[in-house]
Amino acid sequence: MNTVLKIILQRLGLGLLTLLVVSIVIFLAVNALPGDFAQVILGQGATEQATAQIRRDLGLDQPLVMRYFAWLGGMATGDLGTSFAQLNFAQNMGGSGGVTVVEQIAPRFANTMFLAGVTAAIAVPVAVGLGILAALYRNTAFDKAANVATLSSISSPEFFMAYVLILFLAVLNPILPSLSNIYEGMPFGERLTRTLLPALTLTLVVVAHMMRMTRASIINLLASPYIEMARLKGIAPMRIIVRHALPNALAPIINVIALNLAYLITGVVVVEVVFVYPGIGQLFVDSVKIRDIPVVQACCLIFAAAYILLNLTADVMSILSNPRLRHPK
Amino acid sequence: MTEPLLTIRDLHLEGRTDEEWVPIIKGVDLTLDRGEVLGLIGESGAGKSTLGLAAMGYCRDGVRVSQGQVKFDGIDLFEASAGQKRALLGKRIAYVAQSAAASFNPAHKIIDQHTEAPVRHGVMGRAESVEDGVDLYERLRLPNPEEIGFRYPHQVSGGQLQRAMTAMAMSCRPDLIIFDEPTTALDVTTQIEVLAAIRRIVKDFGTAAIYITHDLAVVAQMADRIKVLLRGEEVETNETRAMLSDPQEEYTKSLWAVRSFKRPAKPAVAEGTVPVISVRNVDASYGPVPVLHDISFDVHKGRTVAVVGESGSGKSTAARCITGLLPPTGGEILLDGEPMAADYRKRNKDTLRRVQMIYQMADTALNPRMSVGQIIARPVQFYLGLRGAAKRKRVNELMEQIELDPAEYYGRLPSELSGGQKQRIGIARALAAEPEFIICDEVTSALDQLVAEGILKLLARLQDELQLSYMFITHDLATVRAISDEVVVMKDGRVLDQGPKSEMFRPPHHPYTDLLLSSVPEMDPDWLTHLLETRGVDNIGDAATDKM
Repeated sequence: MNTVLKIILQRLGLGLLTLLVVSIVIFLAVNALPGDFAQVILGQGATEQATAQIRRDLGLDQPLVMRYFAWLGGMATGDLGTSFAQLNFAQNMGGSGGVTVVEQIAPRFANTMFLAGVTAAIAVPVAVGLGILAALYRNTAFDKAANVATLSSISSPEFFMAYVLILFLAVLNPILPSLSNIYEGMPFGERLTRTLLPALTLTLVVVAHMMRMTRASIINLLASPYIEMARLKGIAPMRIIVRHALPNALAPIINVIALNLAYLITGVVVVEVVFVYPGIGQLFVDSVKIRDIPVVQACCLIFAAAYILLNLTADVMSILSNPRLRHPK
Repeated sequence: MTEPLLTIRDLHLEGRTDEEWVPIIKGVDLTLDRGEVLGLIGESGAGKSTLGLAAMGYCRDGVRVSQGQVKFDGIDLFEASAGQKRALLGKRIAYVAQSAAASFNPAHKIIDQHTEAPVRHGVMGRAESVEDGVDLYERLRLPNPEEIGFRYPHQVSGGQLQRAMTAMAMSCRPDLIIFDEPTTALDVTTQIEVLAAIRRIVKDFGTAAIYITHDLAVVAQMADRIKVLLRGEEVETNETRAMLSDPQEEYTKSLWAVRSFKRPAKPAVAEGTVPVISVRNVDASYGPVPVLHDISFDVHKGRTVAVVGESGSGKSTAARCITGLLPPTGGEILLDGEPMAADYRKRNKDTLRRVQMIYQMADTALNPRMSVGQIIARPVQFYLGLRGAAKRKRVNELMEQIELDPAEYYGRLPSELSGGQKQRIGIARALAAEPEFIICDEVTSALDQLVAEGILKLLARLQDELQLSYMFITHDLATVRAISDEVVVMKDGRVLDQGPKSEMFRPPHHPYTDLLLSSVPEMDPDWLTHLLETRGVDNIGDAATDKM
């Protein structure tokens, strides 16, 4: 067990290091964007003085390195800064201080996680189940149908799938609401119903990958001597796949699942827009538009952390799925 | 007369290569009575395994039955439904595969795999089957029978796994077991334990068996009757004793005679000659794990030193130290009396050229994308700087030396060659550098006996012509006997015994050399019985060599 713990700690350390490198890249990339908040907010007719004043207020006149370390220091203490847009807005209204980035992002992020969670709860079992069945009935009509269906759903644009679903499940048969405008304090049941359509859309997008990987990695193992041995013991085909092939095929499947879950957290802007779902994707796009740097950076960092954390989890689970590591000699 | 347990009549099987179906088994008949053990022998490609699996009504992917019948206890296995066959497999017909390490599922404990068939077939409950498993482990003389089943396959040694698989095959007390080369992957001393265990348990339960192997001496110990196969056809069948003493067919006789190749002994080396390679007090380790302890031996010009030992004894590690792939942690290695740099990266091109290597698996040692000509030409150009016509001429010469016609083979890819031909290319590639010293790492162990003999003869001829020195790594004592001048015996990273061949094969031996020598099966059907008697039957199972 010690070796496993050592590997996990090692991976965790590497993950943090990656996050640090990513934070530098994010910071440089965001600062390389043409134009800044002052220019965007004041418009084309702004005087040099006014823009300079705003830059000074926001600390944008400081050298790059200083600003990076100030940001990094804040991050380490859980302070992601204050949104430029909210700051401006609050001051105009005569309020004091402003809405911090954390306050702004937290509810949106929770919504995104909720959507990702619902999607995963549907997509992962469906994908793995279909993959197992496709492996069992490989090269039959079922296998081909499953492949064609999932491939066409992954090949169509997300918004198109979204509108098709809206047409069938909200317009022609009004089962589900087509708008997903959830808010804080909404009862769980209603929240779930409203999230269902975007979740189904995303399911159609992610299922293909996971299903095909499940099928491929199981079929890959079917030529192994231990599978032949199981057949020669008179074990039924379904049991051979679930009990003898699947446990050895887990590592690649887990990795693809993690990759798709990361996509659910970071790449769902289009679906959010179609269903008016208040997730983090929309916030991100809006913030880029007005160069609201603290929010953009925080979103980027959250996306990066989600990727790293999910891949880390996948790594650790793959390691744990290997009995040689779980039970050393 | 009772009906035989298994009847195979005029069986024809075909296998698919590319888009064509080619015959693998061409009309084989076979009968097996209850409790009888039939030995099935032949070289690789003879169709032994395919026939063994067909006796279970099973064909691998890409194999099909084109004609004939397999009847087990009155049931036609190729007419039976998949469900009917599943009800027989594991329960009444069981299988023991060549590599237990690959045939046990790495994800489950041994006992869970053991109980699967009895529980699924409704023969007994899980608890009962676990108890029975422990009993079988005890009968097969596995150490810690109470506990060993609760380990994962990777936690158990190869010889023990092979016995655990035999126990698994016995779990439903089948009428018939197919043993498919169950000891081929094992060391000689481990092989004995497995052979003894299999023989005992088959006799105890009166199980009929088909024992597939390419090793005549092994089959002589196990079988009541022997059937010889050649390219999918039966050569002859007879009672074991009659077959051994009086083989009828030419092919069978050639199989029997194959171990006869032996080189004449060379005179002793003169005192004070500088050896080509001198390994002096070498220690080596993989990371923190020490693997070689104070290894010393010399290889003289034009002579062959055979390094023998079981797997894990450090033979190949010693070779890696000499080539500089694994820098030793202590000691030194001299080439013609001059110390070589420990790390191959620090050796100059000329030193690298003088030490070459031939590998066990010619399949993986040759680049599959390069033609034979390119493979041999590369060292010719790299070490000797030959180009154009001179390079081509040298490659042709080398190909003639290894007895492959350049006109026919120059442009071929490795995949278009047989195993023996690939190994010849490996030899030519080593020769291309014009070395003084060649390390041959188990170069014949993946080959059939007849082909292996051809390779050994070629190596011997090249040695005489070019005054080459060989370090010949092998676990096969017959090979040692055939070609060596000096013998080095290794175990657990130490040299236990060394000396000229004539002394090594004559008593008194070092105790471990004696164990090795006496463990090589002989072509005498009573050999195993006598050996077990001399060693004392009861301690065979937990002999000192049983590795964990």
